[in-house]
Amino acid sequence: MSLSPDNARQSAPEPVVSDSKALPKVQIRGVNFFYGSHQVLRNVSMDVPALKVTALIGPSGCGKTTLLRCLNRMHDLYPGNRYEGSIQVQPDGTDILGSGVDPIQVRMRFGMVFQKPNPFPKSIYENVAYGLRLQGMNRRRELDERVEKALREAALWEEVKSRLHQMAHNLSGGQQQRLCIARAVATDPDVVLFDEPTSALDPIATSKIEELIVELKKRVTVMIVTHNLQQAGRISDMTAFMYLGELIEFGETNRMFTNPAKPQTEDYISGRFG
Amino acid sequence: MQPELLRKLQEGRARRRKAIDSNFRRLGFFLTLTTLGILGILMLNLAMNGLARIDWQFMSSFPSRRAGEAGILSAWVGTLLLMLVTASAAIPFGVAAGIYLEEYAPKNRWTAFVEINIANLAGVPSILYGLMALGLFVYQFRFGQSLLSGGLALGCLVLPIVIVATRESLRTIPSGIREAAFALGATRWQAVWHHLLPYSTGGIATGVILAMSRAIGESAPLITIGALTFIAFLPPAPLISHAPFVSVDWLFSPFTALPIQMFNWVSRPGEEFQSNAAAAGLILMVITLSMNAAAILLRRRAQRNITW
Amino acid sequence: MVWVLRAGGWASVLVTFGIVITLVTESWPFFREVPLIRLFQDTMWTPLFAQPQYGIGALLAGTLVTTAVALLVAIPLGTILAIYLSEFAEPKFRDWVKPMLELLSAVPTVVYGYFALLSLTPILQKIFPDLPQFSMLSAGLMMGVMIVPYVTSLGEDAMRSVPMLLREGAFALGDGKLGVGLRVVFPGAFSGLAAAYVLAISRAVGETMIVAIAAGLQPKMTLNPLDSAATVTAFIVQVSLGDLPHGSIGYQSIFAAGAALFLMTLGFNLAGHALRRRFHRAT
Repeated sequence: MSLSPDNARQSAPEPVVSDSKALPKVQIRGVNFFYGSHQVLRNVSMDVPALKVTALIGPSGCGKTTLLRCLNRMHDLYPGNRYEGSIQVQPDGTDILGSGVDPIQVRMRFGMVFQKPNPFPKSIYENVAYGLRLQGMNRRRELDERVEKALREAALWEEVKSRLHQMAHNLSGGQQQRLCIARAVATDPDVVLFDEPTSALDPIATSKIEELIVELKKRVTVMIVTHNLQQAGRISDMTAFMYLGELIEFGETNRMFTNPAKPQTEDYISGRFG
Repeated sequence: MQPELLRKLQEGRARRRKAIDSNFRRLGFFLTLTTLGILGILMLNLAMNGLARIDWQFMSSFPSRRAGEAGILSAWVGTLLLMLVTASAAIPFGVAAGIYLEEYAPKNRWTAFVEINIANLAGVPSILYGLMALGLFVYQFRFGQSLLSGGLALGCLVLPIVIVATRESLRTIPSGIREAAFALGATRWQAVWHHLLPYSTGGIATGVILAMSRAIGESAPLITIGALTFIAFLPPAPLISHAPFVSVDWLFSPFTALPIQMFNWVSRPGEEFQSNAAAAGLILMVITLSMNAAAILLRRRAQRNITW
Repeated sequence: MVWVLRAGGWASVLVTFGIVITLVTESWPFFREVPLIRLFQDTMWTPLFAQPQYGIGALLAGTLVTTAVALLVAIPLGTILAIYLSEFAEPKFRDWVKPMLELLSAVPTVVYGYFALLSLTPILQKIFPDLPQFSMLSAGLMMGVMIVPYVTSLGEDAMRSVPMLLREGAFALGDGKLGVGLRVVFPGAFSGLAAAYVLAISRAVGETMIVAIAAGLQPKMTLNPLDSAATVTAFIVQVSLGDLPHGSIGYQSIFAAGAALFLMTLGFNLAGHALRRRFHRAT
């Protein structure tokens, strides 16, 4: 049960095709990521299926959050980072790691929900409307409709509909995170990225958000990084297990949890390390 | 909306946002250089008008009604003696106050009041310190329009600077150090004297230099206590040739100072007085800028040497 | 040993005490003699004349106009620089620029006065041919330059303490740097920035030498920046330059002016302190 580099290299992952017949939403091919001279991601390739929840799991430092943040080019905000490889988004096939591609445009197609709720110092309404305004929407009625739709999708509408113009930071932690989800889905992104969205929340808030995500996947593709194996088991359709920057195994969640192919996967899932 | 159309719109917006960003970056860079450039222009102006005027004669002559014969002897001697008084007043009290407030004072309403008080003092216009000195030191305590009154006025003025600098440098020391000292049985004073002060000398020294730099350039408080009279003599020397070998007469002597002298010359018409003023200003700027530069370098070195 | 330290702690309180007591006791005779109403009714400030006028509005107008001109320069310029340094500039660039900007506020004010009178005014006179030798415009502009570092330094500190997580939320929605800076960082740092603005106002109101040298020493009830006028501070300087026997009307009047000045800046300083505390609690 050793995790020597030899083991890992032998099982170098080829592009794992999901078992759905439809075109995958995001095709990740041979992605390396460097922070300065330090390599954080090694030759990661996978197909993220459309309209499903894909979970990224693995021990701390395995690169799952780094991979997630490659998808919406968040690393561009900090100096010293370098991408290699390609990430193609369907149906147009644009490679978002391409040199001519504008990160701002990429971020308009991907929504992101962060580990700690981060509502803006604005009203609830204006938080949700922020992305919509960025996309050029400024007619009051249109905004009202879209804001309500987003808040309903985030299961928050009933709780805030009478106080839309109050400041967002008055909400509880769970409500704030749902507000951030509403903000992310308001602009109809292609994919929503969740970075450990419930790690700062209590169990009740957590389960509300998990229900939400299962609903959301009917409309958008979801990728979620989680430290919580049970959560991955509860809500995801596909699971990717990463270790030390490599993708070790990727497949249907049920199968991976009951019958993992790789020994490292089995070790992690059964709690022998992590 | 059709995905193709949406893409095109998003592309347009992204491009516009990028253009705005690079334009603002250019604007910010330009404005930064311009603002700093003003400092350079100031120095250049002073140098062009005053550098030629600075020579041994200028440094060793008293002011005179004839611009060509005037000099800054009484002014720079006055500034020197003034700083002696200011430093003696501000540094001990300021450092003591900083240590007390940061390490000893309990967190109650009184301490909060003292902190608000210091914040206010830092923003009190300098001329009000002059008025206080006029009423209190010059007349009430009968120190007269003297170096003592002026030095104390400036000492009060820069006291908040020293206090704040002392507190800030004590604050950067992590509490673990204090706890380690106490766990070994040190008294609070021993912890301060043996552990905290040695680590914060860099920050305190920086604050002291900045305070003195500020004091050297102040003129409003000195004008108010009446330091502008035409001073064509030097205060009596602090050291004398017979017992007890030190004299305090100089403290009660009238005086002038560099910024006062510059102000005097600026107010007079005529190009020669203006070049005198420029010369005095140049000397002031060199002193001020070098003290500030020294403080900045000191702060950097202190931060680098001790990493927690 | 501790008593030595405690004495130091009292020092700052004593200084405030000294200022307040002196201002009150030395201006008391003035306020007892001059009915308060005249301060507002009279149109000129000439307390030393045979027929004295006590309209303090003339001095306040000078302070108001020079402060306004200074803020019109310092607040926009200072804020733009703060946003640029906090959101756009490379860290190394910022590390050099910030201390150099602070040098601007360390220049002795008499040097600024010299520059305003002898270099800035002639340039302004090319734009405004009727500009007199002493003008509030020239002094105000110079004051503005001196105050920029206050706004930029405090403002940039406030903006940089806004957590990166907040910015990432906006970037993730596709916003650009300036958009994030103006829409998320600026509101998030607002009480810190407001503290910077208020302290800038206090600094401008209390400035003495620049206005005494470049704006003139004759009180004038005017709101035109192209005029010369005296501020509250310049008046104190002007009277101090002359003979000032203890207890004379001139002596009392400068303490009265000083008392007014103290109240004004006290208000601004307390407001700035409260805003800064609120900002630190919020972050």
